[in-house]
Amino acid sequence: MTKFIVRLIFIKCLKAQPICNDEHKNARYNFCLRLADNNLILAQRLAEWCSKGPILEEDLAITNMSLDLFGQAESFYDYAAAVIESNSSADELAFLRSEREYLNTLMVEQPNGDFAFTMMKQMLFSAYTKLLYESLSKSVDRTLAGLSAKALKEAKYHLRHSSEWVIRLGNGTNESKERVQFALNELWLFVDDMFAMDENDEALITIGVIENTKDIKPKWLMFIKQILEEANLQITSNTNSISGGIKGIHTEHLGHLLCEMQYLQRAYPGAKW
Amino acid sequence: MNEDQRLIQFEARINAGEKIEPKDWMPEAYRKTLLRQISQHAHSEVIGMQPEANWALRAPTLRAKKILLAKIQDEGGHGLYLYSAAETLGVDRAEMIEQLQQGKAKYSSIFNYPTLNWADMGAIGWLVDGAAIVNQTMLAKCSYGPYARAMLRICKEEGFHQRQGYEIMAKMMAGNDAQKAMAQDAMNCWWWPSLMMFGPHDADSPHTKESMQWKIKVESNDKLRQRFINRTVEQAYHIGLTVPDPKLKYNKETMNWEIGPINWDEFWNVVKGNGPCNHKRMAHHIKYHNKGQWVRDAAIAFAQNETFVTAL
Repeated sequence: MTKFIVRLIFIKCLKAQPICNDEHKNARYNFCLRLADNNLILAQRLAEWCSKGPILEEDLAITNMSLDLFGQAESFYDYAAAVIESNSSADELAFLRSEREYLNTLMVEQPNGDFAFTMMKQMLFSAYTKLLYESLSKSVDRTLAGLSAKALKEAKYHLRHSSEWVIRLGNGTNESKERVQFALNELWLFVDDMFAMDENDEALITIGVIENTKDIKPKWLMFIKQILEEANLQITSNTNSISGGIKGIHTEHLGHLLCEMQYLQRAYPGAKW
Repeated sequence: MNEDQRLIQFEARINAGEKIEPKDWMPEAYRKTLLRQISQHAHSEVIGMQPEANWALRAPTLRAKKILLAKIQDEGGHGLYLYSAAETLGVDRAEMIEQLQQGKAKYSSIFNYPTLNWADMGAIGWLVDGAAIVNQTMLAKCSYGPYARAMLRICKEEGFHQRQGYEIMAKMMAGNDAQKAMAQDAMNCWWWPSLMMFGPHDADSPHTKESMQWKIKVESNDKLRQRFINRTVEQAYHIGLTVPDPKLKYNKETMNWEIGPINWDEFWNVVKGNGPCNHKRMAHHIKYHNKGQWVRDAAIAFAQNETFVTAL
C-alpha cells in the first residue's frame, strides 16, 4: 500500500512541473531537444555499424547502444513537446526539422570512422552524458529527473563498454594504438562544443532545473585523463576547437545523415508507417 | 561395443524420443549432417542481417527504427547461439566462417534477394520469418539436444518478428496508394522465394530421408510448406494483398490452399550463386570481416597481457 501511495505521489510529481514563465518553458524545450538530438544523431551513427562489426558480439553491442539512444531520444522529444504543450510528436521532431534546427553537439554527428574512432567518440560522449544525467537526475523538474535517471543506467553501460575498448586498443597492437590515438586527436576538436551553454542554460540554472551541469567539465576531464592514462594515450597539444551545435550550426556531415534518415517522411508527407 | 552395436543403441535412443547430447556417441554421418545444418542456419541468421540493415538508417519512425534494430540484433543473437550449438559438434566459429567465405558452407538463399522498399521489411518479417517459424517449430523437436533447445528460444523471438512484419504490411495496405503499391511489390518479390525456403519437393530432397530417420527433421519439406501456405494466404487476403499466383485455389476436401508450380530453376539458380545479391552478401561479409581483423588482433594481444586484464 505504501508503495502504491509513493507511486501515486511520484506520478503526481511527474505531472506537476515547477512553476515557470514562457521564457523558462522555451528554455526547457530547447534543453530537452538538445538532449534528444544528441541521442538521436549518435543512435543513427551507431546504427550504421549494423552487420559491419569487427566481430558478431560487437555488432550486437553497438546495435544495443543505438537502440538505447533511440529510446532516450524518443522520451526527451516527447517531453520537449509536452513542455510547450505542443501537439508535435516525437517523430515530427526527429524527422521533420531542417538541419539548422537540430541542436546536437558536433561530436555525435561526426562519421564513424573505424572501430577505434567509434569507441573513442562513444567514450568521450558517454563520459559526458553519465555526468550530465547524474546531475539531471537530481533536478527539481521531476520528469527530467526521472528520464535522466533511466538514461543514466544506459550511459554507464555505454561508458563501460567504450572505455574498456579504448584501454584494450591502446594496449593492444601498434596498429590499434595508432588508430585509437588518431581518433582521440581528431575528436578533441569537438570536446568544447559538448560543454557549450547558452541563455537557455542560464535560465534553467536560476530555477534549479539544471543546477549543477556547469560543473561537469572538470569532472569529465579528470575521468577521461584516468582512462587515457590506462590506455597509454596522450591528449593532443592542439587546442583548436569547433563549436556551434547548440546554435544549430553544424559540420557538413549532419545534412547527409538527415537526408538518409528523413527520406521516407519527406518523400511521402503525411503517410502513416 | 563395436560400431554396429553402438549404432543400434543410438537409434534405439532416438526412437525412444531421447535427446542426443554433445558427449554422447553418434554416427559420423549424424554429426556431419547436423554440423552442416546448424552452421548453415547460423550463417543464414548472420547474412540475414544485411538486407534488413539496408533499411536501418531509413526506417520511417522512431518506433519502426527500434523494432527493426531490435530484430536485426535478435538475428545476430540467433547466429551466436547457433554457432555455439554447432561448436558442440567439434568445429569452432572461426572455421565455420572460413567455410562460409570460401563458399563451402551455404546460407539460406532467401537473403540473396534485395530489399528495395520499406515494405520489404514487412515482407521479410511476415513471410521469411513466418516460414522460418514453421520450420523451426519442427526443429525444436529434433533429436540433437543443443539444437532443439536453441530452436525453442529462437522461435519465441521469431514470433515477434512475424507479427511486426505483418503490422508493417497492414499499415501500408491501410495507407496511401504509393504505400499499397510498395506492399504489393514486396509481396510479389518475397512470396515465391519464401515458399522455396522449405527446400525441394520431398521426392527431390537429397537429405530428407536420413534426416527423418535420425529425427534431425521430423516433418517433410512439402508438409511444412503447406502449413505455411495455409496460414499465410488468409493473412494476405485479410489486409487486401494479392497472392502472386494465378493458380492458387482452395481445396475444400483437403482444406489446403493449393499453389501453382514453383519455379525450381530460379531456386537452383540462386542456390548456385546467381541470385541478385549472392555476390554482394558475401563480398560484404568478407569486407567487414577483414576490416575487423586488426580489432580482433588487438583484443587478443591485450588479453595476452595479464597486467591490463586485471586492471579492467
